[in-house]
Amino acid sequence: MDYPTLWFVLLGVLLTGYAVLDGFDLGVALWHPFAKDDGERRLLVNSIGPLWDGNGVWLVTFGGALFAAFPEAYATAFSGFYLAFMAALGGLIFRAVSIEFRGKVDRAWWRVLWDTVFFTASFVATVVYGAAVGAAMAGVPLDDRGIMASSTLEQIGLFSLLTAALTLSAFALHGALFLGLKTTGDLQRRTRTWAWGAYFAYVVLFLITTGVAVATIDRATKNFDVHPWGLIIVVLNFLAVANVSRCLYKGYGGQAFISSGCSIAALVFLFGFALFPDLVASSTDPANSLTIYNSASSTATLKLMALFALIGMPFVLAYTSVVYWTFRGKVRIDKHSY
Amino acid sequence: MPDETALGLDVVMLSRIQFALTIMFHYLFPPLTIGLGVVLVYLEGRYLWTKEIIYEQAARFWTRLFGLNFALGVVTGVVMEFQFGTNWAAYSRFVGDVFGSALAAEGIFAFFLESGFLSLLLFGWDRVGPKTHFFATVMVALGGIFSSVWIVIANSWQQTPTGHVLREHVVGERTALRAEIIDFWAMVFNPSTIHRLTHVWLGSFVLGACFVMSISAWYLLKGRHVDFARRSFIGALMLATVSSLAQAVSGHFNAEMVAHHQPAKLAAMEGLYETKAGAPLYLFGWPNSAERRVDWGVAIPSGLSLLIHQDPSAEVPGLDQLGPVYGEPPVWITFQAYHLMVGIGTLMIGATLVAWWFYRRGTLFEQRWLLWFFVASVVLAMVANEAGWVAAETGRQPWIVYPTIVDGVATGGLRTADGVSESVHADQVLGSIIFFGVIYATLGVLWLVLLNGKIQHGPELDEGDDGETVSERRHDIGMADA
Repeated sequence: MDYPTLWFVLLGVLLTGYAVLDGFDLGVALWHPFAKDDGERRLLVNSIGPLWDGNGVWLVTFGGALFAAFPEAYATAFSGFYLAFMAALGGLIFRAVSIEFRGKVDRAWWRVLWDTVFFTASFVATVVYGAAVGAAMAGVPLDDRGIMASSTLEQIGLFSLLTAALTLSAFALHGALFLGLKTTGDLQRRTRTWAWGAYFAYVVLFLITTGVAVATIDRATKNFDVHPWGLIIVVLNFLAVANVSRCLYKGYGGQAFISSGCSIAALVFLFGFALFPDLVASSTDPANSLTIYNSASSTATLKLMALFALIGMPFVLAYTSVVYWTFRGKVRIDKHSY
Repeated sequence: MPDETALGLDVVMLSRIQFALTIMFHYLFPPLTIGLGVVLVYLEGRYLWTKEIIYEQAARFWTRLFGLNFALGVVTGVVMEFQFGTNWAAYSRFVGDVFGSALAAEGIFAFFLESGFLSLLLFGWDRVGPKTHFFATVMVALGGIFSSVWIVIANSWQQTPTGHVLREHVVGERTALRAEIIDFWAMVFNPSTIHRLTHVWLGSFVLGACFVMSISAWYLLKGRHVDFARRSFIGALMLATVSSLAQAVSGHFNAEMVAHHQPAKLAAMEGLYETKAGAPLYLFGWPNSAERRVDWGVAIPSGLSLLIHQDPSAEVPGLDQLGPVYGEPPVWITFQAYHLMVGIGTLMIGATLVAWWFYRRGTLFEQRWLLWFFVASVVLAMVANEAGWVAAETGRQPWIVYPTIVDGVATGGLRTADGVSESVHADQVLGSIIFFGVIYATLGVLWLVLLNGKIQHGPELDEGDDGETVSERRHDIGMADA
């Protein structure tokens, strides 16, 4: 494996980490308006309380690694999708501060305000991530200098709307399953109903999106011809999705959550698999596409950063495990909670 | 191609305004949390060592304030990372190989460490033992410091670039010139990294100390949590004194470094329009770029020559010589920001020494005017940190990556005007300035309101704050009539 490919894979790992981990805390926010009273809403926020900030770091590191490993792709995508990135930034800022501010003043209107912000910001962030995947798959007009020349409206196609809806349903499912693990009693029973609803939406949207992709986007399937082993992931994804319903039915909460995580990881994999070796695919002239080769940093830098990743990632996994272990079990409200 | 908005501002100016706005708001928080992190480590370490409950209570109180500042630092930091790509795409293409790798290292080595242990620090009090909690505190403090290391390396490389070459790189149908690392350690230890890192850390320590002194002094003036406030104040006063004295030394080395590597920045900081033997050191002044002189200046004659070259008659090159080679930075902003920073630093050294003098005489806590000064000191320290940043960044204009000089010609750098995104329009940038302006103004107000709430609530002390003792203590600090 050459270094650009290695970094393509490592970016995939960071993105998978982000989607699986922040996926459930964004999902919790999507269910937040369905909580019955302030006590339940507080439980929901505190179920992700010690975890959401660390989960977000996967995205920040993904951004930094993309900048370092493939600066041309980073520059083209971030400046080309200007408004989308501003919306995502707004979502990230408001989401973080709503969690932080919500419990700080004991007034009903104050909580309603930040609850609304919490839901809206999480919804916007999820939609932007999902739509970005769709836009990347569909390709964008690039000129011969690798610069994007399209307006924001042109970037929102049917396929982007589908992938946005798919992402919403996937995160909603993942979040509901997470809440099933963290709550008890009546609330826990209701999270199962939520999970079933999200599950059916997810299966339907997954089938439609896959159908549209196969029918209208050549890029979606071309790599299976060259690397048929990719089909293994498709099969595993189907098994994971099927296992979610089996475990939900039987009440195996932990297994259902792990399965929905695997399904999200499979989606990220299939996205990367379809894109490879492009990072920003040109919809006009394929020769203008930014690939992992023409947009990569120098080999010396990619090597150096691979060393950083080798040293750093074991520590990262260790901290993440310690935090998840420390805050395992049902969510409790104490004086250190939000 | 550069389009303009109705106000006549082009993409470059608007992008610069946006960057200045977002970085200055962001930069309120990291120095504060780096400084407070040191305070937290000290308090929890002291608690483990002495088992005195007051240290634990103090640590819990300052941790609550730390958490709020940290959250705002994180969200405004994400904006900075995205902005290199959204608004400075051409710059990102040019420096990604070098700057990007420092940024990625910050993510892998600092952010995960901070965010992981932050949750133990904030939520783990009753879940993990005191030793583990102390360890988490140390890791969060270290995370903040690691983060500053990588960011300052990245920024310093732009100021004094080394360890790289410029190479043609093929993208699609075109080739583009970009900087590539050839010597990682030379890039990391470029000529300004150590000086600038020391300066940033000391500035952070002063700010963290002033934050603690400010709140403690206010409690003392109001006669609340007196024992707690006295201990906090003295601890922070020690940190502030040592750091601000060391900051003067660090500042001197920085000025020498700037004189050597970025002479046009030094000339702008000191308003030196004409090359001069025996150049003066201004205490105050009003640079007048139209007339090429400093109006209403109060200066130490030959002071600059003496400081930079240890020789009062040494010649210091001015903008008349440097401008044609390097381009001219905005002199007024650079000069005022620099002098504001130095002025506040000097004031801080004076104030801390005066405080010790009263402390020796046992009357420190009776000096209400001095306590009021320290209540305000946190604002001064913040202004000084911001001003230092502004001086460093405006002083390197018109360059975003500083050039090297070959035969009197500046080469190898990147001009700020050439660094902006090619596909972004002026109205989009204006829109995002308004967007961030509204968000940050709201956040700023909420931050102050919530900070005030936490300060009014005060530390949760188990003992000692009943009415009788409070009135005795009020008497102690000369507040019997309050």
